[in-house]
Amino acid sequence: MSPADSNQQYLDAAQRLVECLQRGDTAEVERIVDEITHVRETALFRELGMLTRELHESLKAFKLDTRINELTEQEIPDARERLNYVITMTEQAANRTLTAIEDSMPAVGILSDGARTLKADWARFRARQMSAEEFRGLSKQVEEFLGHVEEQAGKVQGNLTEALMAQDFQDLTGQIIRRVINLVQEVEENLVQLVRISGGRIGTDEKREAADKRDGAKVKGEGPHIPGRGDDAQFVNGQDDVDDLLSSLGF
Amino acid sequence: MPIDKNIKILIVDDFSTMRRIIKNLLRDLGFTNTHEADDGNTALPMLKKGGFDFLVTDWNMPGMTGLELLQHVRADPELSHLPILMVTAEAKREQIITAAQAGVNGYIVKPFTAITLKEKIEKIFERIEAGSKSQ
Repeated sequence: MSPADSNQQYLDAAQRLVECLQRGDTAEVERIVDEITHVRETALFRELGMLTRELHESLKAFKLDTRINELTEQEIPDARERLNYVITMTEQAANRTLTAIEDSMPAVGILSDGARTLKADWARFRARQMSAEEFRGLSKQVEEFLGHVEEQAGKVQGNLTEALMAQDFQDLTGQIIRRVINLVQEVEENLVQLVRISGGRIGTDEKREAADKRDGAKVKGEGPHIPGRGDDAQFVNGQDDVDDLLSSLGF
Repeated sequence: MPIDKNIKILIVDDFSTMRRIIKNLLRDLGFTNTHEADDGNTALPMLKKGGFDFLVTDWNMPGMTGLELLQHVRADPELSHLPILMVTAEAKREQIITAAQAGVNGYIVKPFTAITLKEKIEKIFERIEAGSKSQ
């Protein structure tokens, strides 16, 4: 039913209602009021039905997306689980990367320590402050060091590749998150539509503002700030801003 | 006076990766005596057992948040002097002011750099040093 249709129905009913009231026909007044309520409820329930259907379809489409399943090789039944999966994947990737880094640090340490020692000895050799006997020792050390370089550099190289490969989660998580955003957006649009027809137009903005203020009094954690939502002024822009704010408070 | 690198540090964050990153950064700065907790409820009993010299905490965690942990620590006579550094994605001005009023010693917003962490830790210990001299 279009808004124009229901408008006409309301108008007809209202005119009849006024007539009945003037006549004092109580029974007919009751009937017309019921009729008006019915018009209103029909629209509301139709909208609710549509919303339910769309939500159902979205969820069904969401579940049946085989491409993501192929990619992740797992059955993930709903949006919440998908998001949990994103957490798991990103955590694994971060741990893989960190392991590669932790494993590389001692290797690089060995190389830089060895180079530092050899550099000092080499300087003594160049300044002709080294006996033939010492030089034989140095030449053996150089040979050993080159072996270390080859071995440790290979290890670091392998770790770098591992760290590189660990970033492959981004592609998959990006797709999953985008799907969840679309679903949420669809549900939101339908809910807004529902609120609109159920007559919540008046005073909604004021109420929301008041609720926001009430919540603010508790100062809860909100998670990372997402720029560009129109509330940027409430947030600091990087560590320099934090430092400025704190020093203005006497820190 | 240089900072004692053997101080016992508690890192509180619900994400193990973030704890790991902070732990690695601290190790790079020479601090190796680090311990971990995943929220305020786990952290508080560890702190009460004693021995900790420094607390690095996130804000937004399930269970007890970092702000509540901060308030509990400041309210406990045994712990009230513990230096606390907050490392968090919470970037609202209002929140930073709240943390400052609750008695935080330093505040770092994520994402942060190793240099920022180093500077804030040094600054906190410098101030403590200056404070104990003037007493």
